[in-house]
Amino acid sequence: MLDFSQNYFELFGLPADFRVDLDEVSLRYRDLQKVVHPDKFASAGEQQQRIAMQSATLVNEAYAVLKDPLKRAQYLLSLKGRDADGENLTTTDGAFLMQQMELREALGETREADDPLEVIDKLLGTIKTAINEQIAKLTILLETSSPEDLDEAMESVYKMQFLNKLYSEAEALEAELEDMI
Amino acid sequence: MALLQIAEPGQSAAPHEHKLAAGIDLGTTNSLIASVRSGEPSTLPDENDEHILPSVVRYLEDGVEVGAAARDAAQSDPLNTIVSVKRLIGRDVSELKTLGSQLPYDFLDLDKSVPRIRTVAGNVTAIEVSAEILKVLGKRAEETLGGELDGVVITVPAYFDDAQRQATKDAAKLAGLNVFRLLNEPTAAAVSYGLDQSADGIHAVYDLGGGTFDISILKLNKGVFEVLSTGGDSALGGDDFDRVVAEWIMAQANISDDADHGTLRRLMDLGRSLKEQLTESDSAEISITTKDRVWTGTITRQEFNDLIDPLVKKTLQACRRAVRDAGISKEEIKDVVMVGGSTRVPRVRELVGELFNTEPLINIDPDKVVAIGAAIQANVLAGNQSEDDMLLLDVNPLSLGVETMGGLVEKIIPRNTTIPVARAQEFTTFKDGQSAMAVHVLQGERELVDDCRSLARFELHGIPPMVAGAARIRVTFSIDADGLLNVSAEEMTSGVKAQINVRPSHGLADDEVTEMLKSSIEHAQQDVQLRQLREEQVEAQRVIEALKAAMSADADKLLNEAEQQLLLGELQKLIDISQSSDIKQIKGAIKALEKASEFYVERRMNNSIQQAMAGHNVDEFK
Repeated sequence: MLDFSQNYFELFGLPADFRVDLDEVSLRYRDLQKVVHPDKFASAGEQQQRIAMQSATLVNEAYAVLKDPLKRAQYLLSLKGRDADGENLTTTDGAFLMQQMELREALGETREADDPLEVIDKLLGTIKTAINEQIAKLTILLETSSPEDLDEAMESVYKMQFLNKLYSEAEALEAELEDMI
Repeated sequence: MALLQIAEPGQSAAPHEHKLAAGIDLGTTNSLIASVRSGEPSTLPDENDEHILPSVVRYLEDGVEVGAAARDAAQSDPLNTIVSVKRLIGRDVSELKTLGSQLPYDFLDLDKSVPRIRTVAGNVTAIEVSAEILKVLGKRAEETLGGELDGVVITVPAYFDDAQRQATKDAAKLAGLNVFRLLNEPTAAAVSYGLDQSADGIHAVYDLGGGTFDISILKLNKGVFEVLSTGGDSALGGDDFDRVVAEWIMAQANISDDADHGTLRRLMDLGRSLKEQLTESDSAEISITTKDRVWTGTITRQEFNDLIDPLVKKTLQACRRAVRDAGISKEEIKDVVMVGGSTRVPRVRELVGELFNTEPLINIDPDKVVAIGAAIQANVLAGNQSEDDMLLLDVNPLSLGVETMGGLVEKIIPRNTTIPVARAQEFTTFKDGQSAMAVHVLQGERELVDDCRSLARFELHGIPPMVAGAARIRVTFSIDADGLLNVSAEEMTSGVKAQINVRPSHGLADDEVTEMLKSSIEHAQQDVQLRQLREEQVEAQRVIEALKAAMSADADKLLNEAEQQLLLGELQKLIDISQSSDIKQIKGAIKALEKASEFYVERRMNNSIQQAMAGHNVDEFK
């Protein structure tokens, strides 16, 4: 097998940090694909094509993780020995849960609004702001490896999952509303 | 002791050979083939200087007619003349029924998964019909370029699903063509434009052909074409404009919809002609003769626009979704490239321009732009442009998943994921002692199994007895660079495995393809064997050349003396055997060499990854 023991940050030659320069990640991604992509081996034998495909698959997966804040946080947590992917996540933050309920309610009532598209636009903005707050938190929390900070980071990841789901539901509704026009 | 001559580093072991490669646009209405000659891509004409080959196949008692002659016979011989076969490829009998009653063919509702059309020359599948078109194009290229084609790139709508892609590849195989790659049409169009104008930035490609619609959002960056998202409808195109006009005439002229095949075909042709007239003028005269009378009338452009607006709006919905999926805003899109003959319709340009708030680009002939892009990619894949940095990174158009309890679909690879990709998900048993598990592979965006398309079913057997929920069954989906899916399942605690190349339920089984190859008139039993031998010899040559080139480039750096000797020994064995006519032996020798050199291929890959990243680290500390 290829040297798959490297983690995604190592593969991209980057420090294992939550803070990444997205332009730099894209640049490295393209340069990696330029050397591993199966198209570079189209006239070679089947074996080379297979290995190229495995490598390109790995690079694609690494890129998908590195460019997405939620996946990147989960991945960093897993490198620090925490499983932030399963059902072992939770929050006791009452204010957050309350906010979620309000947002959901607002989303549910959007259709009846006078100008539903404007309402949904505002909602998307609010959710985006809440997501960005969690990203800012994670940037600080994931700098350290103290158990308390990691616990809090796990909670942040949980909140982000919540918010991302809400965001895509709002987007789906926006699409539906736009299509009706 | 040198077993063979190895060239100095930097020199190629074999003299540089120009490989013959071509790009094929296998369209619903028209097809084209293009190639890069002396650095210039161009479409190749036939002996009458016609570049466009109408995608029409007519079956005669004693042969097959393809192109303009077949198209001209479509009205007089509708049952034996297959038009728009691309609409049928990779679809099953039930789908054809929903596709519309307007298809004037005799379908055979056989038990087989692939529908067959009855013709005077026997029953044919859409794959065989497509193969006839490909054969004509392949022959044209070989005559023009003066030699056998090493490989082709065939374009498919980005929104083609797994079954449609597989069927297209089968058609190429049947036509005797080696497929380097299936390329998405909008991506091909972007290549034509991108290389022309070297325009870095985000672009949208709006591709409305005869029978399919695609929208792709791409990011161009120094020769790398990264598809951000794609969407569309693989059963919506300019033919539908013709159809709504035909239906409008039928309503106006009181023609019943159970009219004979010939009349229906004439109405469709009339619809097309009116559509074309209304591109230039504000109104068009209609005159149609039926059995008992003549009807005349007028259609204005406004009436035409009202008829097609619902269809165009459907394409705009897909555009908005693609923009959203790309994670960008409309304002970030620099320009919109128009592809496909149907984008000549003024109303289409107007509405697309409005949506993206920009004047759509129409610089390159919308009929040729896809074939040209495919030719450029074929040339790169053939290795004719060694230092070319062009690279295409495409996505899968539809989400893929498996059926879970309660008839729900669990998505494993969401749509618009960059390919190649592999994703896995773990499932468990729900009964004590359950020894088998069915895996049902589905494609689509909806949550219920019934609303998605079933691609394949297979079973994992031999799971050791365990209590419910203890088994860990890992289902892995992988999509290759052609967009074709492979699914495997493994019980993790015992290692029991099952795997399937997704030959979709709607596709042909592997042995059916072989059977067709054998039964086609040109391939008598002996020919099939000869062809297999040649294919094996070509593969051996490929492996030999690749290893030689690799070793001349970096053997001294990456291999010690013993390793070099070992590889040279195995290489010589294959060189000797590759000249024999024993298919099995050649196969075995290829396998042996590949096994022996695997460590080296991987070492090279790791080395190039390190080098690619090393460049960056140096830059950073400047």
